Amino acid sequence: MEKFTPFESRMVALPRDNVDTDQIIPARFLKTISKDGLGDQLFNDWRYDAEGKPKPDFVLNKPESKACKVLLAGDNFGCGSSREHAPWALTQYGFRAVISTSFADIFKGNSLKNSLLPIVVPPDVHAELLKDPTGAVKVDLASQTLTLASGRKVHFPVDDFAKHCLLEGIDELGYILQQEPAIAAFEAAHPAGIDTRA
Amino acid sequence: MKSRTVIEKIWDNHVVAERGNAPTLLYIDLHLVHEVTSPQAFDGLRQRGLRVRRPDLTIATTDHSTPTTPRGFPIVDQIAKAQVEKLIQNCKDFGIHCYPLGSDKQGIVHVIGPELGLTQPGMTVVCGDSHTATHGALGALAIGIGTSEVENTLASQCLLLKRSHTYQVRVDGALKPGVSAKDIILALIARIGIGGGTGSIFEYCGSAIRSLSMEERMTVCNMSIEGGARAGLVAPDDTTYQYVAGREFAPKGAAWDQAVARWRQLPTDEGAAYDKSIVIDAATLEPMITFGTNPGMGIPIRGAVPNPSDISDPLERDSLARALVYMDLPAGKPLLGHPVNVVFIGSCTNSRISDLRNAASVLKGRKVHPSVRVLVVPGSQQVKAQAQAEGLDQIFRDAGADWREAGCSMCIAMNGDSLQPGEYSVSTSNRNFEGRQGKGARTFLASPMTAAASAISGKVSDVRELL
Repeated sequence: MEKFTPFESRMVALPRDNVDTDQIIPARFLKTISKDGLGDQLFNDWRYDAEGKPKPDFVLNKPESKACKVLLAGDNFGCGSSREHAPWALTQYGFRAVISTSFADIFKGNSLKNSLLPIVVPPDVHAELLKDPTGAVKVDLASQTLTLASGRKVHFPVDDFAKHCLLEGIDELGYILQQEPAIAAFEAAHPAGIDTRA
Repeated sequence: MKSRTVIEKIWDNHVVAERGNAPTLLYIDLHLVHEVTSPQAFDGLRQRGLRVRRPDLTIATTDHSTPTTPRGFPIVDQIAKAQVEKLIQNCKDFGIHCYPLGSDKQGIVHVIGPELGLTQPGMTVVCGDSHTATHGALGALAIGIGTSEVENTLASQCLLLKRSHTYQVRVDGALKPGVSAKDIILALIARIGIGGGTGSIFEYCGSAIRSLSMEERMTVCNMSIEGGARAGLVAPDDTTYQYVAGREFAPKGAAWDQAVARWRQLPTDEGAAYDKSIVIDAATLEPMITFGTNPGMGIPIRGAVPNPSDISDPLERDSLARALVYMDLPAGKPLLGHPVNVVFIGSCTNSRISDLRNAASVLKGRKVHPSVRVLVVPGSQQVKAQAQAEGLDQIFRDAGADWREAGCSMCIAMNGDSLQPGEYSVSTSNRNFEGRQGKGARTFLASPMTAAASAISGKVSDVRELL
C-alpha cells in the first residue's frame, strides 16, 4: 500500500442516504477473479444507460468530476453486501476519501484496508459541504483535519491503528503475522473441535 | 465476576492478543469460503508466499455465481465458469476441502455450515459474505468480512476486530397464524432502519425467539446485516443442541457431553447489561412486505406505502421518493393486489426444508397464476434431496413452479437467474436494492408463505386468506 499523504481536491457529491454496495458495484461484475477493471463499472446502473452509454446528467459523468478524489456521500454509505469490490472500484476511479455522516461497518473496514479514507462529519458540517458540493477540501489524516472551502477546519475520528497503517502504508496482515507466538499459544490451549477434512 | 452477555462470553473466549492501540486479535474457529470473495485473497497468499494456516478449520463451496440449472449442464457464462474453476484450483493448491458443483453436499454456504454440523455453539465463524450472521442462530459469533480479511483469516486464522456494541432484540409473545420468522426480522428492520444496528451485534431473545425452530432462527439472524448489525445471534438452548446432535461434524460420544456442558455456560448472565435494547410484541406482528429499495422500507401486508411528503428530513424524503420512482409505485396506496411477474423462493434467508414445507403447504393442490414465473431453489443439495423424499418437488412442479438445483440464484442474479428490467418479484431473499435481482428489477421481500400465496394469485397477497 502507498502511504496516505495529505491532499486537496474538489468533491463529487452523491448525497443519497443508504447507498448500498450493490449500487457502488453491481453483483454481475463480481465474477472477476482479479481486483482490476472495476473503476469503469463504479455506480454502473446509475452511470450508464441500457446501451452502456454514459448518462450525461449523472454526477460522475460530468466533466468537472474528472480527477476529483473526494466523494461527498449520504448517510449510511456502503451498506449491504461485504464485497471489497466496492472500495476497489472507488479507488480505481480515483477516490481517496468519502465524506458522510455515517458508514456501514463492513464497508468502513474494507475501505481502510484499501487506502480509501471514510471521513465521518457531523450533520451541520455535512450540510455546509452540500451547499458547495463541488467545492475543494483538504484532507490531512495525520492531524485528522478536514478543511472546508470556507477555511473551516473540522476534526474527524479515525481508529488509531488504521491511521497508523494508512500513514505508514502497511497492511494489517504484516502485524497479525508478527503475533505468531500468541496465535500458536492460543491454539495449543484451545484444541479444535472440528476437522473439515475428516 | 461481572455479568456478561453471550456475545461478550464468545468474544472473551477467543481473544488471542490485545496490544497497544491495535484492535483485538480474535481467533476464528470456522472459515467458510466461496467463489466470489476469495480469488483475490488466495492470490494475495501466493504473492506473499504464505500457506493456509488451518485448512482443517476452513471449508469451501460454490454458490453465488453457480447456475441452478441441472448439474450435468455446462456453465454457459465463461466468466462465472472461470471463477468456479478458480475456487476448485485454489482449494486444491492450499489443501482446503471443497464441496464443488456436482457434490451432493454443495449448497449456499450459510445453509451447508449448520446442516453439516460445522457451525457449533460458542464458535467464531467468518465468511466473505455479509449474511454470515445466519450461523448466529446456533449461538455462534458469525461475522461477514471483506476479501482482505478473508486473506488475513486464511493466513493466520485470526482477525483484528474492535469490540462491537451489544444490542438486545427481545421478541416476546406468540406469532399469529400466517406470520413467520421472516416477518419478525422484516418488522425489526422496518422499525430500526437499515442503519439502526450499525456498530452493534444483536442478541435475539425473548419467548418468541425461544419458540422458533433452529431454521427459523437462521432466517432471523440471516438478516441482521439488513439492520446494519455486524452480527446477530441467539444464545444456545435445547433446541440448538437437538439440532446439532448427530450431524456429520458434530462432536460424538463423550466429546458431545463435554461440548454441551461447555455450551450451557454461554447464555447471557442474569443482570448483564446491553448498550441498546428493543422489545417487540410478536402477537402484534402481521405478515410483512417491502415496497422500496432497501430492506427497511417494509410495511404490514395490508398497510399503505408511505408518502414522501410526510417526511421532514430532506435526504430521507428524497430517498423514499427515489425508491417509489424506481419501483413505479404510488404513495399512500396499499401494495396488496399489486401484480407480480416472478416469485422466488430460495436464498440463504429462506431455502431450508422448513421454508420449502411452508411454501408447499400453501401451493399444494393449487396452481400458480399463468402470468407468473415461479422459481423454487433449495439452499443445498441435501435440502433438495430431503424435499424430494417428502414429495415437495412434485407439489411445486404440479403447481407450475420451476424446481431448481441449489445456489444463491435470483437473490444475487449473477448466475443466470434474474428478472427482466421493470419486472416485479415477490422474493424470499434478503435484499431489495435497485438492480439486486437484475438491472431494473423490482423486488418485494416477504416470507415463503406470502411468496407462495402471491404466486397463486399473480399479485401481492395475504396468505392468511388461504389458511
